[in-house]
Amino acid sequence: MVVQTPNGFNLDNSGQRIVVDPVTRIEGHMRCEVNVDENNIIRNAVSTGTMWRGLEVILKGRDPRDAWAFTERICGVCTGTHALTSVRAVEDALGITIPDNANSIRNMMQLNLQIHDHVVHFYHLHALDWVNPVNALRADPKATSELQQAVSPSHPLSSPGYFRDVQNRLKKFVESGQLGLFKNGYWDNPAYLLPPEADLMATTHYLEALDLQKEIVKVHTIFGGKNPHPNWLVGGVPCPINVHSTGAVGAINMERLNLVSSIIDKCIEFNKNVYIPDVKAIGGFYKNWLYGGGLSSQACLAYGDIPENPNDFSPEQLHLPRGAIINGNLNEVHDVDPRDPEQVQEFVDHSWYSYGEAGKGLHPWDGVTEPKYELGPNAKGTKTNIQELDEAGKYSWIKAPRWKGHAMEVGPLARYVVGYAKGHEDIKDQVDGLLRDMNLPLSAVFSTLGRTAARALESEYCGRLQKHFFDKLVQNIKNGDESTANVEKWDPSTWPKEAKGVGMTEAPRGALGHWIKIKDGRIENYQCVVPTTWNGSPRDTAGNIGAFEASLMDTKMERPEEPVEILRTLHSFDPCLACSTHVMSPDGEELTTVKVR
Amino acid sequence: MSQIETFYDVMRRQGITRRSFMKYCSLTAAALGLSPSFVPKIAHAMETKPRTPVIWVHGLECTCCSESFIRSAHPLAKDVVLSMISLDYDDTLMAAAGHQAEAALEETIEKYKGNYILAVEGNPPLNEDGMFCIIGGKPFVEQLRHAAEHAKAIISWGACASYGCVQAAKPNPTQATPVHKVITDKPIIKVPGCPPIAEVMTGVITYMLTFDRLPELDRQGRPAMFYGQRIHDKCYRRPHFDAGQFVEAWDDENARKGYCLYKMGCKGPTTYNACSTIRWNEGTSFPIQSGHGCIGCSEDGFWDQGSFYNRVTDLTQFGVEANADKVGMAAAGVVGAGVAAHAAISALKAAQKKTQSHKEEA
Repeated sequence: MVVQTPNGFNLDNSGQRIVVDPVTRIEGHMRCEVNVDENNIIRNAVSTGTMWRGLEVILKGRDPRDAWAFTERICGVCTGTHALTSVRAVEDALGITIPDNANSIRNMMQLNLQIHDHVVHFYHLHALDWVNPVNALRADPKATSELQQAVSPSHPLSSPGYFRDVQNRLKKFVESGQLGLFKNGYWDNPAYLLPPEADLMATTHYLEALDLQKEIVKVHTIFGGKNPHPNWLVGGVPCPINVHSTGAVGAINMERLNLVSSIIDKCIEFNKNVYIPDVKAIGGFYKNWLYGGGLSSQACLAYGDIPENPNDFSPEQLHLPRGAIINGNLNEVHDVDPRDPEQVQEFVDHSWYSYGEAGKGLHPWDGVTEPKYELGPNAKGTKTNIQELDEAGKYSWIKAPRWKGHAMEVGPLARYVVGYAKGHEDIKDQVDGLLRDMNLPLSAVFSTLGRTAARALESEYCGRLQKHFFDKLVQNIKNGDESTANVEKWDPSTWPKEAKGVGMTEAPRGALGHWIKIKDGRIENYQCVVPTTWNGSPRDTAGNIGAFEASLMDTKMERPEEPVEILRTLHSFDPCLACSTHVMSPDGEELTTVKVR
Repeated sequence: MSQIETFYDVMRRQGITRRSFMKYCSLTAAALGLSPSFVPKIAHAMETKPRTPVIWVHGLECTCCSESFIRSAHPLAKDVVLSMISLDYDDTLMAAAGHQAEAALEETIEKYKGNYILAVEGNPPLNEDGMFCIIGGKPFVEQLRHAAEHAKAIISWGACASYGCVQAAKPNPTQATPVHKVITDKPIIKVPGCPPIAEVMTGVITYMLTFDRLPELDRQGRPAMFYGQRIHDKCYRRPHFDAGQFVEAWDDENARKGYCLYKMGCKGPTTYNACSTIRWNEGTSFPIQSGHGCIGCSEDGFWDQGSFYNRVTDLTQFGVEANADKVGMAAAGVVGAGVAAHAAISALKAAQKKTQSHKEEA
């Protein structure tokens, strides 16, 4: 039976059902089911979050100054971004302002995360959807060297001998019979289109990126003491600055600044010499594979981030843009207000929760989460051995957030679509330049490949911004300001009896918001609405499908039993399931009654 | 099966000389805190052993352990994965998905019965019949039990697998449960921390490959070589503690001088880990060095010990806090009182440990 969704997709679940569980190379646990027609084209898509941890109920009653550490553990991949969102929410609630240096350091840490996350995503989670390392064994190292020099003349690692060494290592690895992570891959699937030389170049960069990523994160280690999970502070940053006097060795001093500066340069260089050229080179071979646009051409949401000045989150002050696009109208960018009870709402009709009342949407400040695990009447299998889900019933641990009732895409592509529509100069230059280089029309942006390319462009842009805030920090220190924390309201006795606040960031995967209510110095309610909750959401009350589901529609699969195309498009969102499924209630009493085995 | 390549073969093939290889072995020995007499042993192991199969499963988690693991500098993560172990199943990194991923798991279990290492990141929730964490349509706890059955040994990565971590903090709504409470018939090595230090993770694996045995474990099941001492014992700010020089407020003059963070809630005195010696991210820094106290993330139940900014003495009846305050106000150099304060904390920790192990036995 064909059903048209309010957001314009024709769903037909009559064809062969394909189940992918686990979806791998993502953060957390996810399941995907699709129906394909007789031509192996996807006509129905069902995306399911398959984990739930209940972090927000755990936060209830705790010290708001500790919340960053709890929420940071929502995700160790986008590590730090939840912590930043959390300290912003607490500061918003209590009216705490932060010093200029703290803003620069926080921005550097957030930008550093964007770059690290995008690089690791592209090379270690996503590349194997486009790149075939086994095919790289057939490459001519000399021709690979020529390809490398053609696509990136200034990358120093490009000699034939270098590629021969990598190829030999790969060869022995494959010949050992122990294929490790490459075991059971889809290496003879016709969906892989790269010539062997491009496969060898990209596989080599898989290894180079693995070495580089451990350098990138040292910015977190310097300012936050460790990575993953650096330390943060309500009111500023925990790292004091001392560049002139006694004891400077125990603080941010000249040596630490030099180390930060050298890492920033490494990021810029890698983006320029490796990441961007690879995306262009690989994309060039796939430029006729323009599936996967989904919601990106019609509904995009961004909260914006990276404030130029401390404590000013007005849209014109943000380097990453804020705004919402709906109904495919790029000529109008709507303003976004996270406090407005009518804008962001979550629905649970198809999620494993209950509001007690069907069809209800709740703003996060008033959010409720009562788990209710049940399968729809047409599901196959049992409750603890699911064969096929019934999407007409409840089918995911992810809620369905909507903006003014619309299912939205968030993430690098959404940010770039909003930025482009707003005429953001840097973003427009980057997008137009890439399209020109690749000889593609603007419409090509709305695709799986567009999502992957937007992430690379953003990594490049964030590299430049990271440098900007480093220079700003140094200039401010030169001007005599070494302050990093505002402790006026550190003591809870200075707080009002009741307060509520919102913190917003652009996490690597998209718009992230934390909503907090504080009472008598303790957390009364804490709610997070995270990027993968938006992108991975199940259907809502009205039947709108979410971004993951929409993006899979109408894609042709080469071999339905080998989910290369499904993985390719899902990975282009960089799903993070631990983030999306941490959700919790303001009042977790119900939870204590769930069955204990 | 075609001939299996040893770690030494791999290094030689990459153009690494015998001399550099031996140097690598000495560095490995040094990183593990072993005497030079162990170097030939390490070299021999690396020259002769095939890659050990590893199955890495994921329960309720945040994936910070995997992220930490790939940060390892010595050895590099790529060398571990390509040359030391055979990572045959790891849903975070493997190419295959769905049925093909599940087949890879089954093949590895079947082929290497009793000879593979099971690495567990995250933990199983037991409420809702285990369906708060679903793999292949079934509860994660089933996959865990299945993979554990024929494992040679289990590594519990991080605070989740070792103790429960954040999702097990009160009221633990999903009944997230550490691995040793579910699997009781296998040797389990706990490598706690949120996450553990990268080089500690690869150090534990390398130790097992090199010496073909489990590392010596303390009574809680942690490798003694990395978790045998408190952060406070080896902290470079320790002299300030002993001298009674403390940070009194964030970003105050004492903070800028790098004084002791004890009064800001630092949990270094009660936390067993290698942060103050190995440090983080290739020795770049560690929390105390960057200016924030230790939050005690490698200790059991650290989420439920009060605010991270409470002094550790808040937990006890000892008079440590008063001592530290007096010391702080007195002129620097009153070393005696500082030492006394420290002795009291040590006593406190011993008392806590007693309670903990008592609880575990119960």
